[in-house]
Amino acid sequence: MLEKKIAGYSDEISVAPGERIRFMVSCEPGIDRYQADIVRLISGDRQPGGPGYRDELLSTPVSGEYPGRTQETYCGSYAVVPHGPAFAGLNDLSLQAAIFPTLPSLRRACLISKLDVGAGRGFALWTDPADGLVLQLGDGAGGLQEFALGLPFVAREWYLVSATYDVASGEVRLRQQLLDAYARDTSSGEARHTSEGTTVVGCDAPLLIAAASREEARGKPIGEMIFNGRIERPVVASRALERSEIEALRSDAVPLALRADICAAWDFARAIETDDIIDISPNRAHGQLINLPIRAVRGSSWTGEELNFRHAPDQYAAIHFLDDSLYDCEWEADFELEVPADTPSGLYAARLTAGDQEDHITFVVRPPRDRATASLALLIPTASYMAYGNSRGGIEFGAELHGNRLAVIGPEDRYLNRHPEYGNSMYDNHNDGTGVCYSSRLRPLINIRPTHHWLWQLSADMHLVEWLEAQAIPFDVITDEDMHQDGVSLLERYSCVMTCSHPEYYSTPMWDAVHAFTQRGGRLMYMGGNGFYWRVAYRDDKPGAMEMRRTEDGSRSWASEPGEYYMAFSGEYGGLWWRAGRTPQSLVGNGFIAQGFDHSSYFRRTPDSHDPRAAFIFEGVDDEIIGDFGLIGNGAAGLELDSASRGYGTPPHALTVATSEQHTDAYIRVNEDIGHMLLAIGGQDDPQVHADVVFFETPHGGAVFSTGSIGWSSALFHNHHDNNVSRITRNVLDRFLDTTPFA
Amino acid sequence: MPSQYPIDPSRTDLAREFMANPMGPHSAALQRIVTRMRDTEAAGRYVLVTRVPYKEWGLAQLSGQRGVDLTLLEDQVFTSIEDAERAVFKLRWELITGAPLGLD
Repeated sequence: MLEKKIAGYSDEISVAPGERIRFMVSCEPGIDRYQADIVRLISGDRQPGGPGYRDELLSTPVSGEYPGRTQETYCGSYAVVPHGPAFAGLNDLSLQAAIFPTLPSLRRACLISKLDVGAGRGFALWTDPADGLVLQLGDGAGGLQEFALGLPFVAREWYLVSATYDVASGEVRLRQQLLDAYARDTSSGEARHTSEGTTVVGCDAPLLIAAASREEARGKPIGEMIFNGRIERPVVASRALERSEIEALRSDAVPLALRADICAAWDFARAIETDDIIDISPNRAHGQLINLPIRAVRGSSWTGEELNFRHAPDQYAAIHFLDDSLYDCEWEADFELEVPADTPSGLYAARLTAGDQEDHITFVVRPPRDRATASLALLIPTASYMAYGNSRGGIEFGAELHGNRLAVIGPEDRYLNRHPEYGNSMYDNHNDGTGVCYSSRLRPLINIRPTHHWLWQLSADMHLVEWLEAQAIPFDVITDEDMHQDGVSLLERYSCVMTCSHPEYYSTPMWDAVHAFTQRGGRLMYMGGNGFYWRVAYRDDKPGAMEMRRTEDGSRSWASEPGEYYMAFSGEYGGLWWRAGRTPQSLVGNGFIAQGFDHSSYFRRTPDSHDPRAAFIFEGVDDEIIGDFGLIGNGAAGLELDSASRGYGTPPHALTVATSEQHTDAYIRVNEDIGHMLLAIGGQDDPQVHADVVFFETPHGGAVFSTGSIGWSSALFHNHHDNNVSRITRNVLDRFLDTTPFA
Repeated sequence: MPSQYPIDPSRTDLAREFMANPMGPHSAALQRIVTRMRDTEAAGRYVLVTRVPYKEWGLAQLSGQRGVDLTLLEDQVFTSIEDAERAVFKLRWELITGAPLGLD
């Protein structure tokens, strides 16, 4: 049986001629060497009856054999504070924090550590599945003394925890106090122990929050025994504090009387939109977060009166740490490409092969940064690729009801399951059940491959690429990230911009760019379904990372916690663009209305299609039925469907030129469009379950054509491109490339 | 809690409909049964594992745990998705009704 053993990623997703891109590769044991080549991707779908995989070799110095090696990935989030004067001369000690453990029963997990394990120096505060709070102190001789409180924590509750140690008396005090009030609480309590023998509390190891570490890699401590859950206001003090002092340090400024004794008190309410953790003590022992723990989350004092972290940062003074979050694999580069100056813009990949093994690290060569090299731009939805990248739903729960058929698990899925350290998609949950709100492309994204058996995002978009290549129409390729950075100025170089099949995730600059393009006379072909749906945010200082919150509505695999709808990266309200007053219908004429994943259906022409304004669309097409064929579900109207709606903002003059019908009961209307729950919810009963093909003119001679269905592009290949979906698409493209203004 | 929709073991007509067209679309009565069968716990759920892409699949059961591999049922190999659906339908019919599906 075929097993996948090789994968990689690149440091950039879009490069211009003359720029450099590095490729990182990891091989499982057994792959000693692999061949790498740079190829232009032409076609990807290998299913019977499909166009198959095709590429064109680009002659570059990359081509050659490389040694295979396994590269380590260290996932999990924590904070690192370098050793410094703040922690010099420690003997007596207090540690404290408010904590919200989400997986306390999993294993021992570290809250705060500053440990030189080999020398037996330093300290660490833990949560233990059986014993609750545990303090370890170095014995100076390679060992650790350990003191346990003895009461297990309850998951998903806030506690104030503290541990103090007085050298002179040897007394250790541990305390964990539930901050909510339950009758019959058995998880709060105190314990006193007496240390016997030597302790050495000071050491010059870095201090970690939410992790311990025994070794360094890539210039920083590797986090181990990572705590799952929230930590708020951790404090390290150089004497054994009293209970009243510990309470006083829970929030607000450090009291003047205590400042001499505080080594560090980190206020996570500061600098929420960064990776910095700020020490508000005079020592200013600031730290850095690793691997994107979640910020802008509710702290222990959240009241519900304020929902925006920027308005009440003190109520969002917690950070949610996770043992499976990941920003950057930080692998060593295997090879690097300087994109030859004459490389045409296109979709490319570093093609890796070794025996029956292959991988395609896909990237875009955009045109030179100062100009277009074609009149048409294909917009690759890299934000949506990142959202779906490393989706684990297939192998973790089979998604059988989604597809109304048995799930098929390929070698890629099993490979991903063998590598939980590669992180999750935004459709997954973290190990502690928390929804995944950050993604990164600085890791292998196993399902974002041109040949992946799940025809979704890139693999489905290859149908469109294959068609464009066959049309012999020159086109540039650009990405979401290019558009996010360059704005409408990038789009304005083109007569026509074409989306891919499922451009679902949009940042504000991306949305603004597409909107301005359509309003300034540009022509947009929206070639898919469920586009422009979720709002996302990038962070300038965190290239390759993206944030999204699944807020109060939408078709979603998890939901953000109440009060956590604002994105830490940007401060913007997350969730559906609809909830921000910008509907897909207002931008492109239709918007997400239903989804299903078994059988696709077809479109029927409407009376609007005979309007003279739409004549160019149907030139040479006599059929009433459009797209009763295709490589996904055997129809052009399939997967996720968009319909026109004046109420949701479809322009009043828009023409709905075709409407799909006869969807199966596996197609169900989106929940945000459902008020009361009625019996008639499936495609056979609910007339709202349909896609609309929409055309409308925009100011200054522009126009928008929207296909209303993810499945549209899967029909282009049918009968060697000689079919009505292909003809309609070509008709629209020809007219949209013609610079004659629309009236 | 799993789906509670009852499967009437005397409705072999619905089983015959499935065997004739396992990929659907199904009649409403058959789809209710199929939905019941597909709505299982992730741990132990039947899935198909690609042995030869687009040509040969093995039957397996999911672990339901991240990082834990599925369990291959080595004696169950199919060269069509339709046959795999038929086989799993029979397995589930017996599991839910308590009696093997007899269509002969």
